Amino acid sequence: MSKNTNSAHSEQFYKEKHKEEMKHQVITFAMMIIFTIIAFGLVAGGFSKYFTIPVILVLAVVQFLFQLYYFMHMNQKGHEMPALMIYSGVFAAALTVLGLTTIVWW
Amino acid sequence: MTHDDMLRSDNLPHEPEKATLEGKNKFLGFWFFLGGETVLFASLFGTYLALKNSFGGTEGVPTTELYGLELVFIMTVLLLTSSLTSVYAMYHMKNHDFKKMQLWLGVTVLLGLGFLGCEIYEFYHYVHEYHHTFTAHAFGSAFYTLVGFHGGHVVFGLLWITTLMIRNAKRGLNLYNAPKFYIASLYWHFIDVVWVFIFTVVYLMGKVA
Repeated sequence: MSKNTNSAHSEQFYKEKHKEEMKHQVITFAMMIIFTIIAFGLVAGGFSKYFTIPVILVLAVVQFLFQLYYFMHMNQKGHEMPALMIYSGVFAAALTVLGLTTIVWW
Repeated sequence: MTHDDMLRSDNLPHEPEKATLEGKNKFLGFWFFLGGETVLFASLFGTYLALKNSFGGTEGVPTTELYGLELVFIMTVLLLTSSLTSVYAMYHMKNHDFKKMQLWLGVTVLLGLGFLGCEIYEFYHYVHEYHHTFTAHAFGSAFYTLVGFHGGHVVFGLLWITTLMIRNAKRGLNLYNAPKFYIASLYWHFIDVVWVFIFTVVYLMGKVA
């Protein structure tokens, strides 16, 4: 009997926890939509490219982190290996893009 | 735990996607795969950036005239929303509500199909209005390889999620298929991550420069 009450309690606890996570994810979604609108707005507004390009790249990186940490649950515990793998991938990716874009200039 | 226990839908543990060794291994292995996918897409992005507006001896339409922002914006919102609906699906999976999970996965698939339809229209439009084809020039090849590869991922993701939904429709949620659903949703989020960089680097930066 006591075991039953316990599991009912923990179920309630997890339900609340999931609800809290969901709230964060909805906020994340709203912010990603806002960032997307800002990025498109900057380009449609015809600002200088030296201003627009860095800003939209930063917005993309922030959206990337939102997606990883909230939508793909990397903010939860037990995600050390996924973090290692994805950041190793990002490191190799940065080198690849850098290499391919600088080769053409020389 | 016996095999029969794993296939039972009642009394699922907290986080059913990581409750078994198989589930844990799938989770780790899939993140490893996503690290590799990141590098794969980076090589396509690098190639695109290097060959952007390279027409060689032929005539071509530069990015500033070719791309239209309205359609890309609609595609972005469709894919971003489908990412949220697959989060909803995983929320219901964690609460062990199989029917609602299936419902939200269904919405995800519909939004993904909408995105795919827009992309097919976009490519059709480029080919027929601007003669911007895969074999026309280096820019065309790089563009269709990058964006087409992402589109291919969308197709694969849609087939994957649909297959899981149909195959497990009568089984309900259990420890055997919870990791499968979870990993398919990770894949879907990754597709959206790649799209964030495509709309920024390809379309927005193409429109500015």
